[in-house]
Amino acid sequence: MWYLCVFYHRLLDYRKPEVESLAQLFGVSGDHIEWRLPESHHHDSPFHFVNLPSEDVAAKVANRSILVKGIYELWGEGNSYGELEDAIRSYPDERKLPYVNSESTFKITVDSFGKVMSFQEQNERIKSLAYIPFKGRVNLKTPDHKFYIIETDDYGSSNGLPPVVQRRIFFGREVGGADRRLLPTYQLKSRTYLGPTAMDAEMAFLMANQALAAKGKFVYDPFVGTGSILVAAAHFGAMTMGADIDIRVVRDGRGPDCNVWSNFKQYGLPAPLALLRADNNLPPWRSGMKEVFDAIICDPPYGVRAGGRKSGGRKLLKGVVEPYTVPDDKRTDHIPSTAAYSLVECIHDLFDLAARMLVLGGRLVFFYPELRQDDSKEDHYPEHPCFRLIASSEQILSSRYSRVLLTMVKLCPYTDDIAEAARIKHLDFKENHLKWLEDGNLHSSVLSPADTQSIASGDSNSKPKYRGKYV
Amino acid sequence: MKLLTHNMLTSTVKGVVNGFPLRIEVEKTLEKQVDFSADFLRNLFYKVDWKALVEAAQTMGYAELPEEAPDSTVLESEDFLKKFHYALLELHLEEGNLVCPETGRKFPVTKGIPNMLLHEDEV
Repeated sequence: MWYLCVFYHRLLDYRKPEVESLAQLFGVSGDHIEWRLPESHHHDSPFHFVNLPSEDVAAKVANRSILVKGIYELWGEGNSYGELEDAIRSYPDERKLPYVNSESTFKITVDSFGKVMSFQEQNERIKSLAYIPFKGRVNLKTPDHKFYIIETDDYGSSNGLPPVVQRRIFFGREVGGADRRLLPTYQLKSRTYLGPTAMDAEMAFLMANQALAAKGKFVYDPFVGTGSILVAAAHFGAMTMGADIDIRVVRDGRGPDCNVWSNFKQYGLPAPLALLRADNNLPPWRSGMKEVFDAIICDPPYGVRAGGRKSGGRKLLKGVVEPYTVPDDKRTDHIPSTAAYSLVECIHDLFDLAARMLVLGGRLVFFYPELRQDDSKEDHYPEHPCFRLIASSEQILSSRYSRVLLTMVKLCPYTDDIAEAARIKHLDFKENHLKWLEDGNLHSSVLSPADTQSIASGDSNSKPKYRGKYV
Repeated sequence: MKLLTHNMLTSTVKGVVNGFPLRIEVEKTLEKQVDFSADFLRNLFYKVDWKALVEAAQTMGYAELPEEAPDSTVLESEDFLKKFHYALLELHLEEGNLVCPETGRKFPVTKGIPNMLLHEDEV
């Protein structure tokens, strides 16, 4: 059945993949569901029609989502209130009558996109619906049924919203909607223990949704940091596990009640099953241990705000010095040296880990940086023979670069051939440490001073008319 | 550190052929309550190395698990699942060491977190 799906107008690239992932989580097979745009709407419009098998699935998807403002059973739409009335009158009575009978309570909300309506205007619109035979009582606090009139208008094109060609009015019954009260609860500013790159709550929940985190699932984050991503997965009932190379992060934090464990305790969530200090470049998994995680979710260090580290000193990997032999009396508290970990190598290791440790059908969800000067708009995301990319969602971070949330699903088992290829590549990274480090250096491209050409062109002063992905 | 974690880890010191299972040196253990999920346990049952789990549980002072790996019919038994749950997820090594069976290298476990990082001369 087709439903009207209205989104919050933000993180535009993330909206449909979230609904598609959640539909799969609630039992819809295949990872593509049908979408349709209202007549003459821009594809970034918050209004979409979505085909879902049942109201039950639609409600579950909407209630679990972060970006769905509401999913509605559409009773009618039109370019004017006259057209709307005709449409609602011709909507079958057997669909309408169960929700307007005298035993149930109801509420009508007037909403709009791209315009503001006064209280009086809202009242007039509600009163104009007198032709709908509502028999029940009004209950504004806990109605049995919630109805919405949503209006969008031709508001011109200078306010940063996607252009609307024509006024359109929708009337429908709400089936479900996101509970965004989660976000203030989990917002970072009230989190006890934070690192420089803690994932904001909204994005962490979106990542957990892409990973299909749920009760009984096992979720791993190899760059756990302060645990900000696992907190979202744990909120949805998943068992969690995290690793990090930096002992300050996983162990000490800032004291007994300010560390990764306390971040879970703060929200009454079950603590991670395990935290360990390990190097993603030299993973400590026993041979034969495979296909154990249902999802791997992470924000790999890509060297702009925080650089990755791996075992081995700078000079050691250059081959200038021999490995330092730790004296026996110093072995217990010795802190091994680390070296910069290039993005390509990091992603290579992440793929190898995921290919081995994810169950078939398990999901790998991670951020990948992208320079925005690249005019070649073709997708050049990393690939792996075990994985298929099912969603990529861009979030613009600055005029220079953005990050793309990639969602991949494991479709093929980890074979000996794949393991051997990964081992050879691992050695190549080790032997040509410097070359790989220079190849993938994003830091300079993102943070170097702007070249004079782009300043001279004067683009920076003219505000973009339509902000698109900036929201 | 739970025995689930112990069951997944190996010593990766250079030259070690079989670094699993790591021997446990107990200094302090804790019991930590974990939500019981039968589905989660049934999935993990097929992944764990049974012998290593039984030995590790014994080191931690818990000897209720059957010595021989049971067949999957036990997964219907709530009694078994409870014991499995307790050994795998609720026994917790707070302080101690994981010892490489070949080299004797100690991986310290502090505040429940094993440190699997290698020194420069072990990579």
